[in-house]
Amino acid sequence: MTVPWIRAALAGAAALALGLTGCAGTADGPAAEAGGGRVTVFAAASLTESFTKLGKDFEAAHPGTTVTFNFAGSSALATQITQGAPADVFAAASPATMKTVTDAGDAAGDPATLVRNQLVVAVLRGNPGKVAGLADLARPGVKVALCAEQVPCGSAARQALDAAGVRLTPATLEQDVKGALAKVRLGEVDAALVYRTDARSAAGELDAVEFPESAQAVNDYPIVVLKHAGNPDGARAFLDYVRSDAGLAVLAGAGFQAPQNR
Amino acid sequence: MTAPPLLDAHLVADRGAFHLDVRLRIAAGEVVALLGPNGAGKTTALRALAGLHPLTAGHLTLDGVDLDRPERRVWSPPERRPVGVVFQDYLLFPHLSALDNVAFGPRRRGADRRAARARAQGWLDRVGLGGRARDKPRQLSGGQAQRVALARALAVEPTLLLLDEPLAALDARTRLDTRAELQRHLGEHPGATLLVTHDPLDALVLADRLVIVEHGRVVQEGDAATVTARPRTDYVARLVGLNLHRGRAAGHAVTVGGLTLTTADAVHGVAFVAFPPAAVALHPARPDGSPRNVWPAVVAGVQRHGDNLRVQLDGPVAVAADVTPAAAAQLGLRPGQEVWAAVKAAETRAYPA
Amino acid sequence: MTRPVATRQRLPLALLLPAGLGLFFLVLPLLGLLARAPWTTLPRRLAEPGVLTALRLSLETATLATLLCVALGVPLAWLLARVEFPGRRLVRALVTVPLVLPPVVGGVALLLVFGRRGLLGSWLDAAFGVTLPFTTPGVVLAEAFVAMPFLVIAVEGALRGADRRYEEAAATLGAGRWTTFTHVTLPLVAPGVAAGAVLCWARALGEFGATITFAGNYPGRTQTMPLAVYLALETDLQAAIVLSLILLTVSVTILAGLRDRWVGTP
Repeated sequence: MTVPWIRAALAGAAALALGLTGCAGTADGPAAEAGGGRVTVFAAASLTESFTKLGKDFEAAHPGTTVTFNFAGSSALATQITQGAPADVFAAASPATMKTVTDAGDAAGDPATLVRNQLVVAVLRGNPGKVAGLADLARPGVKVALCAEQVPCGSAARQALDAAGVRLTPATLEQDVKGALAKVRLGEVDAALVYRTDARSAAGELDAVEFPESAQAVNDYPIVVLKHAGNPDGARAFLDYVRSDAGLAVLAGAGFQAPQNR
Repeated sequence: MTAPPLLDAHLVADRGAFHLDVRLRIAAGEVVALLGPNGAGKTTALRALAGLHPLTAGHLTLDGVDLDRPERRVWSPPERRPVGVVFQDYLLFPHLSALDNVAFGPRRRGADRRAARARAQGWLDRVGLGGRARDKPRQLSGGQAQRVALARALAVEPTLLLLDEPLAALDARTRLDTRAELQRHLGEHPGATLLVTHDPLDALVLADRLVIVEHGRVVQEGDAATVTARPRTDYVARLVGLNLHRGRAAGHAVTVGGLTLTTADAVHGVAFVAFPPAAVALHPARPDGSPRNVWPAVVAGVQRHGDNLRVQLDGPVAVAADVTPAAAAQLGLRPGQEVWAAVKAAETRAYPA
Repeated sequence: MTRPVATRQRLPLALLLPAGLGLFFLVLPLLGLLARAPWTTLPRRLAEPGVLTALRLSLETATLATLLCVALGVPLAWLLARVEFPGRRLVRALVTVPLVLPPVVGGVALLLVFGRRGLLGSWLDAAFGVTLPFTTPGVVLAEAFVAMPFLVIAVEGALRGADRRYEEAAATLGAGRWTTFTHVTLPLVAPGVAAGAVLCWARALGEFGATITFAGNYPGRTQTMPLAVYLALETDLQAAIVLSLILLTVSVTILAGLRDRWVGTP
C-alpha cells in the first residue's frame, strides 16, 4: 500500500520544515554544534512553557549542549516521527499518541510517565456564570466548549462527565485546548473543560474551578528516547534531567502533578 | 421652411479639448446626413442627441419638448427620450435572440411580454428577417445584424432616428443591397432621421439634405445637388471628386495663385472655382486651339482611380487630372515629368465664396 | 488539415517544461494521498455516519456562502468597477484583506464583531435573540468572509472588460439603470460571475481556520469536511486521507461539471 519514494519525499519535507524551525528557534547553530552536540526534543504543546525553561537549565548544566524543541499537538508530532523526522526525545500528552510511535517501532525502550495533568473548568475571571462544578455545565443557557474526543483533553472530558453522570451538549468540540481556552477568553462560551496547566497559563484572564471527578480522568504524559536518535547520550541526559527533582519542580510550577508510582 | 422643424437643436458640447458647435434642424419625414471626416464631431453630435453626452450650452428640442437645455437645467436621460439609435457595430445584445433584441425596446417602454414580442415579430417581418427571430446575433450575417439593429431602433417608434455609420461594417456587396433596403425603410419613417457617415455615397443615396461638419462646425449644408456642384471646402471637394480653388473673380476671369482661369459663370470678388479631374486634359507640349485655360505643370504622382489613372499635378495651382491608361501610356507619365494642363471654360463652375 | 499538427509541433519547450513542472507540483500531493489511501477498508469508512453528515454540511454551507457572496459581491464589484468615488483604491485593497489575513485571524475578527460580546453580535443577541457563533449560519458567514474576494475580483475584472456601449444601447431603448444592469450588464458578465462563483465555492468548501474559530466544531451543525479531516488527523491518518479524497472527488466532479456548462462557453 505504501509507495517508498512518496514516503521518502514526505520525510524529507518534514525534515526540511524542522530544520527551518530549528534554525529560527536557536540563533547559535554551528558554534554550539561544534561543542557538545544538539538534542532535538519533540514535545506536546502543553509542555511549551515548562520545557523551554528546562531546556535553558539543562544547557546551563551541560555547557556545549544545545536543546532544540519542536512543540506541536502530540498527534502531529507522532505523525512526523513515524514519517522519519529526525528527533531524539518525544514527550507526548497522552499514552495513546505515544502508542502510535512505539507501535511503529520508533521508540528506544519503554516510555516512562513524566507527569500527570488533571482537568479543571476554565471560566472567565471572577466566574460570572457562577460555575461551581461539572453539574453546573449542564444548566440551560450555559455554553460549554470541550475538546473533540479525538484529542486527549476531549477524551478526558468525556470520562469525567461520564463519571459525574452529567449529560450536556457542548457549543463546540475544539481541535485543541488552546482553541477551547480562546473561546472562553473571547466570552463566546461560559466555560471550557481544559487541563489545569492550560488554565494556569492564562491565569490573568481566566479562573480555574477544580472538581472532584477530575480524578477519574487523569492524563499521563509519557516520554521516551527515540530509536533513530542522532544524539542518544544527550537524549538520555535530557530525559534524566527533566525527571529529576529539579525538573519536576519546574513542571509542578506549571500545574503538573508528579506520577503516582514513581 | 414652412412648418416648424421636428428637431431643432443647437448642439454645443465639449469632449476634452474638442469643441462641438453645430446647429441642426430636421423636419418630420426628412433624412439628414451628417457628413464629415474622422474626428469632425459627428459621433459627439449623435451622442448628444441620444442623451449619452450632455450639452454644455445650446439646446435640443424635439417635437416642441426640450430634452437638453443647460441654461434652464433641463436634461432628459437617454431612456426617456423618444429617440432610436442604430449603432455603428449594431451592439445587438449577444445573449438575446433577434426577436428579444427587437422586443427589448417595446418591453422597456411599457408593453407586456406578449405584445412586445408580437410587435418585434412585425418589425422583423418588415426587414425580411421574420424567419430568423430565434437566432442569436452571432448566427446572423453582417447585413442581417444591421437589419435587426434597424428593426430594434424602429420598434420603439422614435420621433428621432439616429444612425451611426450604419453601413460601415459591411463588405461592398452587402453594402449595396443593404443600402437600398435602408433607403426604403428610412423613406417610410415618419419622424426625423439623422444619418452620421463619412461615406459620401451613403449620404447622397440615403439623405434628403447634407450637413457637412469639420472641426466641430458646420462648413456646408444643402441638398445633394448643391453640395456636389458647389463644394466650399477641400474636404467636400475631395468627397465629391472636384478640383476646388479659391481666388478673386472679375467677370469670367478668376485669378487663383499665379494663374487666371476663364470660367463659364460670371462672378465678382472672392470666389470658388471648381472642375472635375476628368475635365483636365494633359499634353506633352503646349496645345494649340480652343482651350484657353492652359498652364505648364509637373507630375507629382500617379494613382489608380477606378478604370482610369489619377494624376496629381504641381504648378501654379495643384490639381488632379484623370486620364485613361492608354493616354497615360502615350504620355509616358512618371513623377517629375513636365506636361501641359488644359481645362475647357465650359467645364468649370465659379461661385462666390 | 496539416496545420494544427504543424502548430502543435512548434509549441515552445521553454513554456512546456515549466508548465509540466507546475502541473506535476500541483498533482504530486494528490498522488501522495492516493498512494496512501486504505483502499481495502474504503467502503467501510465511507459508510461511517459522520462522513456523510460532514460532507452534506460542507456542500450546503459552501453553496449558501457562494449565494451570499454573489448577492453582496456582484453589487460591490459593480461599485468598484463603475462608480468613481474618493478612496476607491483603498476600498479595493480592503476587499482583498481576507485573502492575506490568516483565516484564524479572520475568525477571531468575526467573533469580535458577530460574537456574543461583539459589536453587532451583542445587539443581535439582545434585540432578536440571534447568535451566530457555533451555528450553521455562522459557518456560512465565516466561509463567505474568506471566499468573497475571489468573487469580487473576478466580477470586477469582467465588468471592466465588458463593452459599456451595450449599456448605452439599452438606455436608448428605454431601459433604466437597474433594468440595464439586470437585463444587459449581468448577462454580459455572466461568464465572469460564474467563474468567480466557482472559485468562491471552492474556497468556501476548503475553508478551515475561520470556520473553526468562529463557528467551532460540532458534528452535524458546524463540523464541515475540512474540520473533520483535521480531527481525524489527530488519531487516524488513514481516516483523514479517506475524508480528503471524498472532498476532492466531490468537488472536482462538481467543478468539472460546472465548468463545461457555464464557464466553458464564451
